[in-house]
Amino acid sequence: MDNANTPLVEMTRISKEFPGVKALDGVDFRLQRGEVHVLFGENGAGKSTLISILSGLYRPTSGSLRIDGEEVDLRSVHDAARHGIGTVFQEFSLIPTLRVFENVYLGRELKRGPLTDRRAMAEGARALFHDLGFEIDIRRRVSTLSRAEQQMVEIAKVFLGKARVLILDEPTASLTEKETRKLFAFIAKAKADGVGIIYISHRIQEFREIADNISVLRDGRLIGTVSARDTSEKTLVELMTGRAIDQIYPEIGRQPDGRTLMTLRRMHGAGFHGVDIDVRAGEVLGVAGLVGSGKSRIWRSVLGLQPIRSGTVTLKGRDVTHAATRHMLRGGVYYLPPDRKGEGLQLAATARENIKLNLLGRAEIVGRLGIVAPRRARALADKIGERVGIASAHMGRIVSKLSGGNQQKVLFGKGFGEERDIYIFDEPTVGVDMGTRAALYRLIKEIAEAGKAVVVISSDLPEVMNLTHRLLVFSKGRVSAELTGTEIAEENVLKYFFAETGIQP
Amino acid sequence: MTIQSSRTEDAGAPRTRANILLAAIRYVFLRVGVLPFFLVFSLVVFSLISNQFLSIQNLTNVARQSVYLVLVSLGQMLVLITGGFDLSVGTAIAMTSVVSAMAMVALAPVMPDMIWLAILLGAGAGLGAALLIGCLNGLGIAQFDVSPFIMTLGVQSVGAGIALFLTGGVPISGLPYDFGNFFGFGRVLGIPVPVMIALLAIVGIWLLMNRTKLGSHIYAVGGNVRAANLSGVNTKRVLFLAYVLCALLASLAGLLLTARVESGETNLGGTIALESIAACVIGGVSLRGGLGRVENVVLGAFFIVLLQNGMNIAQIGSYMQMVLLGSLLVLAVILDQFRYRMLVGDR
Ligand SMILES: Nc1ncnc2c1ncn2[C@@H]1O[C@H](COP(=O)(O)OP(=O)(O)OP(=O)(O)O)[C@@H](O)[C@H]1O
Ligand SMILES: [Mg+2]
Repeated sequence: MDNANTPLVEMTRISKEFPGVKALDGVDFRLQRGEVHVLFGENGAGKSTLISILSGLYRPTSGSLRIDGEEVDLRSVHDAARHGIGTVFQEFSLIPTLRVFENVYLGRELKRGPLTDRRAMAEGARALFHDLGFEIDIRRRVSTLSRAEQQMVEIAKVFLGKARVLILDEPTASLTEKETRKLFAFIAKAKADGVGIIYISHRIQEFREIADNISVLRDGRLIGTVSARDTSEKTLVELMTGRAIDQIYPEIGRQPDGRTLMTLRRMHGAGFHGVDIDVRAGEVLGVAGLVGSGKSRIWRSVLGLQPIRSGTVTLKGRDVTHAATRHMLRGGVYYLPPDRKGEGLQLAATARENIKLNLLGRAEIVGRLGIVAPRRARALADKIGERVGIASAHMGRIVSKLSGGNQQKVLFGKGFGEERDIYIFDEPTVGVDMGTRAALYRLIKEIAEAGKAVVVISSDLPEVMNLTHRLLVFSKGRVSAELTGTEIAEENVLKYFFAETGIQP
Repeated sequence: MTIQSSRTEDAGAPRTRANILLAAIRYVFLRVGVLPFFLVFSLVVFSLISNQFLSIQNLTNVARQSVYLVLVSLGQMLVLITGGFDLSVGTAIAMTSVVSAMAMVALAPVMPDMIWLAILLGAGAGLGAALLIGCLNGLGIAQFDVSPFIMTLGVQSVGAGIALFLTGGVPISGLPYDFGNFFGFGRVLGIPVPVMIALLAIVGIWLLMNRTKLGSHIYAVGGNVRAANLSGVNTKRVLFLAYVLCALLASLAGLLLTARVESGETNLGGTIALESIAACVIGGVSLRGGLGRVENVVLGAFFIVLLQNGMNIAQIGSYMQMVLLGSLLVLAVILDQFRYRMLVGDR
C-alpha cells in the first residue's frame, strides 16, 4: 500500500483526557512523505500529548490512527518504533548512569549471536556523531553531559533508527546556532529520503527555513493548518494566542552609572580560563556562546556548584570565592538553573508548593514565633504565579504533570519569592511560548529598571541580543568580545563565537 | 547577611607525594568504591592478629565457604541494579532446602536404581519452589507497583511460614548419600563442586550483565525507569526477570547448602538477606540503581566471608560479629552516597 496519495500518518478526531484535564479535543492531523510539519501552540496546548499518542506513549481516549493507510493501535514506544516512528521527547529519555553509546543503542542493541556487540555499537555511535557533527565522547556517562549535550545524544538516538516518521519535540531548545545548523541539514536529508517529520518548536524564526506546513493548536483544539511559506510570524502568533502581541522584546531602560555589585577576576576552572566580568546594578548583562564555551559553567562555579581553580569573586565588596551555594543565595544572588528537572523543581509537589518553598523567608507570611501563616503564603504564591503567567488552574497541579513550558514558568516564579540584588538566569525561556516569553521579558525589564543586576545566559540569539545592554561572547572558555549598543548585531556576535583568542582591545 | 568564604579546597597546591596518593585514593574510590580499602584494612589487621590467617589453607577454606554468599549476592545485585532489593532470598533458600529434601526423601525409595533421577527431580522441585517465590515478587513489583521493600518482606514471611508448616520445624534427614557426597563435598578436576558451580554462575552472570540485551536493560531500568520506557525497553518484563533470576540464584545456593548439611532445613538462609545486600553495597552497587559490577560484588561477598573467618580466628563472639557487620553496612552506604554524588552530581 505504498500509494503516493495515502498520507504517511493520519490521525482522526483524536481526543485525550487526563484526570481533570482535556489535553486534546478532536484533533485531525496528517503527515505526508517528505513533509516537515510544524506543531505550534502555547504551553499546554497539547502538542506533546499529540505526538506522545503517535509515539505509543499514551493511548487516545478516542479517535483513530492510521500509518500508511493502515489502522494501528500503538501500545508502547516499542510498538511505535516497529512501525517506523522515532521520537525525540521533550522530556529526555536518557539513562544517566549509562554511557553515550549505550544510550544511543538502548532498546535496539546490536547483537552477534546471542550476545551484544559492544564494539560495533561504539563504532556505530562514533560514526553517527561524526556525521551529525556533534562533538561528544561516546564513552562518557550521560550524567556528566550538559543539558545541550544530552539533547544532542537524544537527537542522535532517533537518527540512528531507520525511521519513516521522525518526531522532534523542541529539539533545539538548548542548542546554539552551530548544532541547530547541523540538525537542519540532517532534517533536509531525511526529508529528501521521503521521511515525514513532525517538528515542535517555539522558535518561530526556524519555521520559514525548514517547515512546509504549520498546524496551530490552542487549548487542545486544532485551530488550523497553514502553509509555512505564505504565513507571517505575526499571523502565526495571532492564531496561537487568539490575540495580537505587538512587541515581544521590551525596551529596557538602563541606569547610567550602576554600581558594580559583583566582580569576577582571572577566573580559572573546568571550562573557563582567565575570565574577568563586572556585574552592574540596573543593567542587563547578556552571555552568549556555543555549547561548551564555558558561558554557563563560569556562573555555576560562582554559585559554588563547581570548583573554582583560581581567581576571585567579589560580591558587594566582600570576597566570596569558594563560598557555599547557600551563602551566595543569602548574599542576594538568585540563580535559575538551566535544567529544570535535574536541579530546579520538586517534581512531585504542586506548582504552588514549589513557589511557596522560596517564600519561607518572607516577613509578611511569617507570623510571631516564626510560624508560617498558610493562607498568606498561599495568596502570595498565587500572586507570583499570576505574575509569571501560570494559569490559576495550574497552580494546584503536580509539577511533573504540567507541560514543559509551564514547568519553566514555575521555576521562574521561584525567583520572585525573595528580594535579590543579582538575578542570574541560565536559559530562562527554554520551551516557553511566545506570549509567555513576552511576559517574562517584561518581568526582566521590571527587575532591571528597579535597579537590580540581571545576567541572562542564553543559546537563543535573538533573546540575548534584544534584551541586553552589554553582551559578553564566550568562545573556548574565554570572553572573546564585549559588545554594547549597536555593536550587538548578529554577524558581529556570530563572528566572535568562533574566535580563537581572548578579547582584542 | 554574613558571607563566609570557606577556603577548604586550596587551588593550585603543589603536586606533592601526599597529593598524588590522595588523587589515587580518589580514583580508586570512584572506580571501585569502598571495597579495596576495607579489604586492605582487614587483611592487615587479621594477619597481625594471627599468622594462620593468610595461609593457603585458610584462604581456600574461605573461598569454599563464600560460594553460597557469592551466589545469593549475584542475584541480589541484579535486583539492586534495577533500583530495588530482595529481602526474601533467605526464604528462597529455606523453601528450596525443604522442598528438595522432601522430594528426594519421597522419591529415593520409589526409584532405588535411578537415584540420580530422584536427586535431579528433587533439585528441580526445589528450584521450582524458589521460582514461584521469584515470580510472586516479580509480579507484585513489576505489575502492581508494590514497593520492593513491602513485597519481598511479605513474601519472606509467607515463604518462611510455608517452609515451617511443611516441616513442623524439624529438619528433614535421610537424603540420598550421593547428593551430599557430590554437591556438598565432591570435586571435579580437583575443584570442589560448589566452587565450580559458583564459578560457572559468575561467568554466566558476567556475560548476562555485560554482553546481553537483558543485562543492558537491567542497568537502564535502574538508571531511570521512565527514560528506559521511552527508549522502548519493556521495563515490566525486565523487573520481573530480575526478581526471578535473583530467586533462582538463591535457590542454587540453597541446594548446595542442603547438600552440605545433608538435610532439609528451614533456617539455612537466616541472615543471608542482610549479608548479600552488604556484599553488594560494599562491592560498589548503588542502592539508587543503575550502577554495579559483577566482579566487585563477587569480591564483596568474598570479603564478608573473609571478615567472618578473621573474626572467628580472632575469637570475636558471634553477637559482636552481628554488631560489626551491621555497622559496616551502614558505613558502606554512607560512603556510597558520597561516591554517587561525586560520580553523578558534579558536571
Ligand atoms: N501525564 C499527564 N497527566 C495529567 N495532565 C497532563 C499530563 N500530560 C500533560 N497533561 C496536561 O495536558 C495539557 C497538554 O500538555 P502538553 O504537554 O501536550 O502541552 P504542550 O503543548 O506540549 O506544551 P509545551 O509547549 O509547554 O511543551 C496540559 O494542560 C498538561 O498539564
Ligand atoms: Mg510539550
